[in-house]
Amino acid sequence: MVSLVDETAQTKSIVLDVPEWIPHRAGQHVDVRLTAEDGYQAQRSYSIASAPEDARLELTVERLDDGEVSPYLAGELREGDELELRGPIGGYFVWEEAFGGPLVLLAGGSGVVPLRAMLRHHQAAGSTVPVSLLYSARTFDDVIYRDELMTLATVDGIEIAFTLTRVQPEGWQGYRRRIDRELLAEIAGPATDAPLVYVCGPTAFVETAATELVALGHRPERIRTERFGPS
Amino acid sequence: MPPGQYVTTDFPVLSAGPTPRVQLDGWSFTIEGAVDSPVSWSWSDFQSLPPETVTVDIHCVTKWTKLDTVWTGVSVDTLLDGVETQGAFVTAFSDGGYTTNLPLADVTGGKAWIAYAYGGEPLEPEHGGPARLLVPHLYFWKSAKWVRGLELRATDKPGFWENYGYNNYGDPWREQRYAGD
Amino acid sequence: MLDGNAIAGLLFEVFGRETTTDTGRCAACGNVAPVAELAVYLGPGTVVRCRRCDNVLMAFVPIRGIVCVDLGGLAALEHDETPFRFDVS
Repeated sequence: MVSLVDETAQTKSIVLDVPEWIPHRAGQHVDVRLTAEDGYQAQRSYSIASAPEDARLELTVERLDDGEVSPYLAGELREGDELELRGPIGGYFVWEEAFGGPLVLLAGGSGVVPLRAMLRHHQAAGSTVPVSLLYSARTFDDVIYRDELMTLATVDGIEIAFTLTRVQPEGWQGYRRRIDRELLAEIAGPATDAPLVYVCGPTAFVETAATELVALGHRPERIRTERFGPS
Repeated sequence: MPPGQYVTTDFPVLSAGPTPRVQLDGWSFTIEGAVDSPVSWSWSDFQSLPPETVTVDIHCVTKWTKLDTVWTGVSVDTLLDGVETQGAFVTAFSDGGYTTNLPLADVTGGKAWIAYAYGGEPLEPEHGGPARLLVPHLYFWKSAKWVRGLELRATDKPGFWENYGYNNYGDPWREQRYAGD
Repeated sequence: MLDGNAIAGLLFEVFGRETTTDTGRCAACGNVAPVAELAVYLGPGTVVRCRRCDNVLMAFVPIRGIVCVDLGGLAALEHDETPFRFDVS
């Protein structure tokens, strides 16, 4: 493990040098097994936060009190520590430049992790398909990758919108509510554009997004979902 | 510490199915099966029963142990008081369909509670609230979350995890994790 | 809580190939869904349930280093090179 980056109060990014790593596809996971000093072992799957083109593998971990692995990864891990990884794995929730678009990414909380990998891959691969990212978070302090996303928002062809559902900074001009049909219609554009939509986040967020998109006329076959965290 | 266990300061959440959302005014706890007559309590009945607060260590079969956990609930002895039974076995059953089996002797004599508070606060749904079985001397999968009753039985019937190959009894001190241990 | 995406590694270990893109049919209610979208619960073992009726479709229980597999709740598991989904609810 090469370095740790505090993303928010609750999340950390772990940057890894992995010997003999096979380039992954954006959206894939890696299974992490940790063996603590006292011998305790536990295993969890994490979305890869980096693009296949990035020099190093990055994972972003949210510290959950009820987790078996995250308290260690987000709290105890130190530079120079070693982790056991298995992967990359996952063939469903992946986007690659060859798939085309337009591309619509809907992130609920830490669901932004695999979507950021897709965004980075989009840029690194020189894709010209339009991309829209909607990131739903409770407060602006909870937004992971804030600076990177603000920078990407200035790139032609990339639209990034935040919806802050609990507390908004003074002068906030963006959305300030949970996702609903109207908000999704504004982000995803007309169903006739037939975007590829990737939704990732808590179960309730994903279910709402998928249901409302279908109601707006988007075809289920063009919506991919990944659910994690409390429902 | 039981063999093979590691101390944790967190409280990991493990489950076999979705967390049930229960309205307290529809909740009941029932003792049924091999009994002369079944007994049932509503939530308000349950709250009027004498509570006990206990501090116990809990041991999960996935190898984490949490020390000095504080629970408040009703002793199973209180619930079985006055219940005439021919059964030597118990199946605890829960909202969502989870079951686990134990000898009657392992839920009596001050060894088990129906717990509705953890650390002085109402038990959260992800940890088994509104109420769970608490049997700290056995691996914690025997402490059925979202418990709704005990079925007394003349014959032993393996529950959810026991059917999948976990030990029928589950004594952490003899490391009885799997069937055949 | 989680879905089939989170156990892609476990499924690869068990089936020997990528399985999240397969479609599974529930033996109890007939609902068809990609494995990636099935409801997954992590306990001492891993339980995979139908999102419509909560029936246990698959259970993976590690016993003394061997993964014991129960697929009794699945009526069918279809491997498809072009995955698609049927149901969003």
